[in-house]
Amino acid sequence: MLQQKAETYSKCLCFLFNSNYCLYIEAKFFSVNSVLSVVKDFFIYYDGYSSNLLLIAFKPFYVILRIMQPDLFSTTLTVSQITFRIRKLLEDNPELQDVWVTGEISNLSRPASGHIYFTLKDKNASLRCVMWKTDAMRTRPVMQEGAAVEVHGRIAVYEPQGQYQLIASLIQAKGEGALFQEFLRLKSMLEAEGLFDAERKREIPPFPKTIGIVTSATGAALRDMLNTIRRRQPLVRVVIAPSPVQGVDAPPALVKALQSINAQNPDVILLARGGGSIEDLWAFNDERVVRAVVASEVPVISGVGHETDFTLCDFASDLRAPTPTAAAELATETTLDDLRDQLSSYQSRLTDLTLSLLADHRAYVTSLTARLKYVSPERRIQSENQYLDELSRRAVSALKHHIQLQSARVDGISKRLHALNPEGILSRGYAIITRKDDDKVVSKVSQAQGDMNVRVSDGEFEVNRK
Amino acid sequence: MAKTKATKKPVEELTYEEALTELEQTVEMLEEEQNPLDEAMKLYERGQALIAHCGGLLEAAQLNVQKLAGDSLVDFEEESE
Repeated sequence: MLQQKAETYSKCLCFLFNSNYCLYIEAKFFSVNSVLSVVKDFFIYYDGYSSNLLLIAFKPFYVILRIMQPDLFSTTLTVSQITFRIRKLLEDNPELQDVWVTGEISNLSRPASGHIYFTLKDKNASLRCVMWKTDAMRTRPVMQEGAAVEVHGRIAVYEPQGQYQLIASLIQAKGEGALFQEFLRLKSMLEAEGLFDAERKREIPPFPKTIGIVTSATGAALRDMLNTIRRRQPLVRVVIAPSPVQGVDAPPALVKALQSINAQNPDVILLARGGGSIEDLWAFNDERVVRAVVASEVPVISGVGHETDFTLCDFASDLRAPTPTAAAELATETTLDDLRDQLSSYQSRLTDLTLSLLADHRAYVTSLTARLKYVSPERRIQSENQYLDELSRRAVSALKHHIQLQSARVDGISKRLHALNPEGILSRGYAIITRKDDDKVVSKVSQAQGDMNVRVSDGEFEVNRK
Repeated sequence: MAKTKATKKPVEELTYEEALTELEQTVEMLEEEQNPLDEAMKLYERGQALIAHCGGLLEAAQLNVQKLAGDSLVDFEEESE
């Protein structure tokens, strides 16, 4: 009877029962305890069948005293007024505005509006929940009927229905909460060690020659990364160190892969994994893997999961990429097209430089030619030539003169010679007597002996002196 | 920097990065404008050869993917879908 009445009046917050006021709240979840703490002075009736909590106040005045002003003892509240007050009570409570609630999803409804409506249930209670479109778009697909989830949100009252509900902002699979706590613990521990310090981050080389990849050999992540690298920078060499990326074997395998890839001396390492649940990504929150990332000699780019996933490896790596594909892009900052541009710019610089160098040289040669002309010995040669000509003229005339002089002298001498010709003396009656035996001229009587030749002007004859 | 002559390898044997680095140096040396002309022309020819080589490498660029198997490298076979 009590319950029936309660349902009948479920839209009211206040109704009369056995001459008393009874406060009815439709409550389907434990968190309503927080609400109840406000009105804990009342008798609470819990109806296990409908999961309804009934607050039955047999002392109506006391109720009103607690909720309203004393001078309103006898005033009847409108439904709107009491609903507003309830709403204020719930929505002013900071605890209720930031709660995690765990339960199973039921009555899931996803109308075209994009908002998600569902009810969270456990064995004994249920809680209406709504997730607005903007939050719903960011949620991963854990939203299934019967799924055990943890929901974060705030309690609000929907006044037209007199219902309180949870406005969910975040939904995750059950168990993630505990993992998240572990994540926070590890994070603050490693952070305190300075492993995530910004000063530790190394530059990613803009044009790596070798890229090391640590990921699953079979995942889509590897294919995405290889495609990205092939498209952007096929000049690069890729070395893959395959490793399982989830499960208990993953962390030691990832550590070993990181070490092996380091031995290959790549210029950068991509540590990557495609999207998945927080459990799937958990290997990348493993302390051993985080420390291996820190210990890597080579800069590491992490690309684990999706944009919204943050792992400890992301904090420890030198650069965090939102996805494996993005990691491959960050590792190939200089694309093939960039290189082509660079090359053609070098080409034109080289040509321009050389042309201008040649022009400079040509101009210099021209200026040298002018200077050379100025200091040229040509003119001197000409004057030398002239001088030579003159000398030669002078030589010729000197020679002529000399020859004339000589011939004149020869003439004179010839006349004198002629005058001295002994033949001329003979014609004047003198004779030349020579001895026949030795041809000597006889100029003394003592020499005149034997046969002698006597030469006169017109011939000779022999004489003999005994 | 200017004395890279001693280590000059035939252009064809250079990796892309070596070729590019030498190209950079070549252009810088030309920019210094203190080279004898014949050396400048040699630099220019070398530069042109380097550019042709780099361009060829870019045209022929093929992603070389290898996989670590144990401690050795093996060619990586991509699984077709």
